[in-house]
Amino acid sequence: MIIIELFITFFKIGFFTFGGGYAMLPLIQEEMLAHEWLTIEQFLDIVAVSQMTPGAIAINNATFVGYKIAGIWGILATTFGVISPSLIIIAIVATLMHKFSDHPYVEAAWQGIRPAVVGLIMVAVISLGREAINGINGVIIGAIALFLIAKVKLHPILVIIISGALGVVVGLV
Amino acid sequence: MQKIRLRDLFLIFLRIGGFTFGGGYAMLPLIEKELVEERKWLSGQDFLDIIAVIQGIPGIIAINSSLFIGYKLRGILGALSCVLGISLPPIFIITLIAEFLLNLQHNALIVSLFTGIRACVVVIIFWAGYRMGKKAIISYKSLFYTVGMVIGMMVFKLHPIILIGLAGIIGIFTNTESEELNHDHN
Repeated sequence: MIIIELFITFFKIGFFTFGGGYAMLPLIQEEMLAHEWLTIEQFLDIVAVSQMTPGAIAINNATFVGYKIAGIWGILATTFGVISPSLIIIAIVATLMHKFSDHPYVEAAWQGIRPAVVGLIMVAVISLGREAINGINGVIIGAIALFLIAKVKLHPILVIIISGALGVVVGLV
Repeated sequence: MQKIRLRDLFLIFLRIGGFTFGGGYAMLPLIEKELVEERKWLSGQDFLDIIAVIQGIPGIIAINSSLFIGYKLRGILGALSCVLGISLPPIFIITLIAEFLLNLQHNALIVSLFTGIRACVVVIIFWAGYRMGKKAIISYKSLFYTVGMVIGMMVFKLHPIILIGLAGIIGIFTNTESEELNHDHN
């Protein structure tokens, strides 16, 4: 049955991809083409649209394919499929983390890991920044956004909305 | 301590889901603002721990963060509330696009809108990282881990899971020798 096949395929995608985002693309592409659920053009369109809508590429892809193949039930099968492996693993890991959180070795390890994660976030900023802030318009909008979040202390959602509006203004001038 | 309501978790993550543009890291500033700074349901340390663990778990960063935070705050039902909230906006938008065959990527208005949004998202992630860094980088010793992570990933192209594992091991060897563990915070 197609619903079960959709679920199993997206479960596999959820289970075998580490790192999320672009790391998932090759596996998703392979599965979609092998099942003939998408053409390569449709797949590339979804990737492009994902950059212009909120939400993860994997969820967007799951929604699009599920809807196209089997309507609302298809969406349920694909999105629940891609989420399920994480749900199971996180329930186990969170319980273990809680259980061992008081152990001195664990706390000592976190003292090294926490500042390392700050470095991880900065690497994400650098690699996203290379793509996203190109040209003088990007630099100006980025500088205004920094002022709004750091000095005016606006809520990040407001800063996103204002920056989008600035993008439109600058783009149309 | 008052119990966190599932409905509140759902609504917060619904809002975050509508504004997570450009990948899982774009959630960080929103979660930091809503759950750490404003409501204080998570400490900055909890949040960094969750980001670290998620690197080693398969799946989507945005989904995993929602599941993990929801599970930590309210168990399985909390995890489901958060993941439903974060997923509904993209599911709704993509269904509309699929139904009406909207061609967003060739629309000049949408393209310039996203020029602005993308530039902004980088900046607000930076700001969230900076704020978390102020709490996590408490000494020259901890700065070593931050710098090591950046060099390991950017220069040596190592996978973050390996570097997080290394940071943990070095942390165990350097932090458990003496009493300094408890004094390091000051």
